[in-house]
Amino acid sequence: MKPAAKAYTALIMLFLFAPIAILLVFSFNEAKSLSVFSNFSLYWYRELFRDAETLNAVKNTVLLAFSAAAVSTVMGTAAAVGINKLRNKYLRYAMDTVTNIPMINPDIITGISLMLMFVFVGRLFGAATSLSFWTMLISHVTFCLPYVILQVLPKLQQMDRALPEAAMDLGCTPLRAFFKVELPEILPGLVTGLIMAFTLSLDDFVISYFTAGNGFQTLPIRIYNMTKKTVTPKMYALATIIFFVILALLLISNLADSESSRSLKAARQKKKANI
Amino acid sequence: MKNASKARGSLVQRLTLAPYSLWALLFILVPLIFVAYYAFTDSDFNFTFDNISRFFTATSSINDGGMEKEVHTYLLIFARSLKLAVISTFICLLMGYPAAYIISRASPRTQKIMITLIMIPMWMNFLIRTYAWMTILQDTGILNSLLGLIGLGPVHIIGTEAAVVIGMVYDYFPYMILPIYSVMAKMDAKLIEAARDLGCNSAGVLRRVVWPLSLPGVISGITMVLIPSISTFYISQKLGNGKFYLIGDAIEGQYVANNLHFAAAIAFILMVILLFGMALMQRYAGKKAVAA
Repeated sequence: MKPAAKAYTALIMLFLFAPIAILLVFSFNEAKSLSVFSNFSLYWYRELFRDAETLNAVKNTVLLAFSAAAVSTVMGTAAAVGINKLRNKYLRYAMDTVTNIPMINPDIITGISLMLMFVFVGRLFGAATSLSFWTMLISHVTFCLPYVILQVLPKLQQMDRALPEAAMDLGCTPLRAFFKVELPEILPGLVTGLIMAFTLSLDDFVISYFTAGNGFQTLPIRIYNMTKKTVTPKMYALATIIFFVILALLLISNLADSESSRSLKAARQKKKANI
Repeated sequence: MKNASKARGSLVQRLTLAPYSLWALLFILVPLIFVAYYAFTDSDFNFTFDNISRFFTATSSINDGGMEKEVHTYLLIFARSLKLAVISTFICLLMGYPAAYIISRASPRTQKIMITLIMIPMWMNFLIRTYAWMTILQDTGILNSLLGLIGLGPVHIIGTEAAVVIGMVYDYFPYMILPIYSVMAKMDAKLIEAARDLGCNSAGVLRRVVWPLSLPGVISGITMVLIPSISTFYISQKLGNGKFYLIGDAIEGQYVANNLHFAAAIAFILMVILLFGMALMQRYAGKKAVAA
C-alpha cells in the first residue's frame, strides 16, 4: 500500500474503533464521569452482574436465538430444496420475490406489520395481550429464513442434479438420498445460514421491540430500556463484554475457516498428484 | 422408472416447499395486507381515508426564529428523514468508496484482516454504537474535553442534525463498504493494467474502468445504508435529543400512543415510497450499466 492509502485506512479504522475504545476504557472508570478517568475499578462490572434483569435478558436472548436459528435453518433448507426443484418460471419468480421482502423492507415495517397481525388475531380470540415469546419467535424465524435460503440455494445449484437421482435409482428413498447425497454437498451453506440466523436474531432490536410481550425481554430491548433514562457506565461494562465475546467468536471462526481452507487445499493437491 | 422418480420428485417438492410457503404466506404477505387494512380503516375497522390524508394535511405550528409558522407536520418529518438519510448515505459513499478500493488492491492477507476489522463494529448492537457517540458528543463529553485541552470549544453537537448524521454514518458505514469491496475484489486487475497500457491516466482508469464495474456494489451499498437510515428511530432520539423527529420516530410514537391505525398509515406510505424509489433506481442503474 502507498503511504497515502495507508494513512487513509488508518483514519477509517480510527473512526470505527475510537468510540468502542472509549466505551472499553470508561467501563473501568471508578466514577460515573464520562469525560474524566479517575481510577481503575471493576465496580460497574460488579453492578452489572448484580443486575438480575439484565442477566435474565441475556438468557432470553440466547434461548430465542437458538430456537429461531434452529427452526429457520430446518425450514429454510427444506424450502431451498423445494425452490431449487421448481420448474415453473412464474412460481419460481413469485417465490424469489416473497423471499426478498423481509430483506428489502425496513425493519420497522416488518415489525409493525407482524405486530398488527398478532394484535388483530389476539383480539379475535379475546386475548388482552397477544405478544409473547412465541410471537417473537415467529418474527425472528421470519426475518432469518431468507438469509438461510439464500445461503443454501447456491450450493444446491452448484450440485450435480444427477447425484440424488442416481441415489434414488439405486434404491434410496428420497429422504435417504437427501441425507446421504445432498446434505453433505450443501452443508457449508447450511452452517453459514445457521450462524447468520443466530447472529441476526441475537442482534435484532427493531423487530423485537414491536413484537415483544411485556414479560419477555431480550438484551437489545434491555439495553434500550437502560439507555432510555440516565447514562450508566454499567452499559459500558456490558458493551465491553459483548465486544470481547464477538472478538473471540470471530477469531475462532477465522481460525476454523483457514484450517478448513488449508485442508481443502491439501486435498486438492493430493487429487492433482493422483491424476 | 423415470415416471416413478418424477412422481417421487414432485411429492418431495411439495413436502419440502409446503411449510415455507405457508409460513411466507402467513407471516410475510398477510402482515403486509394488515398494514394496508389498518391504514385504511378507523378504530372500528370501518373503511376510511382519514389516516392517509392526515399524513398529507396535518399541520402544526413551529417557532422559527421567533416567528410562529404553520407547517405540514408529517410532510416536514418525511422531508427531514429523507434529507438526513441522503446526506448520511452520501458521506458513507464518499468515505467508503476509496477505502473499499484500497482494501481490494491489498494483499489477500491484509484484505482479510481489514474486512474482519470493519465487520467487528457491525456485530456490536447498533444501540451500543449509538450510545457510544452519545458519550462522545455530549456537552461535557470526551470530544469537548479533548477540544478543551488544546484550547478550543466547547462545541454543542448533541441534539443537532449533525449529531444524527454522525450516528447514521457510524452505524451504517460497514453496509456501504462491504458490498462495494466484494464487487471490487472480483474485478480483474488486468483490466486496470490494460487501461493504463492504452494510455489512461489514474483519473481515467477510475472513471472509465473501476467506477462502471463497481456500480452494482455501489447501488447495493446505497440501498443498504439509505433504507435503515431513513427508517431509524433510536439514533434520532439519542443523538438528536428527540428534537429531530424522523419518520421512524413518527411510527414508533404512534405505536407507543396505541394509535395503531395511523402508525400503519405512515408505515404504508413509507413502504410505497421506498418501493417506488427502488424500482426507479433499479431502472436507472440498469440503463447506466448497459450504457457503460
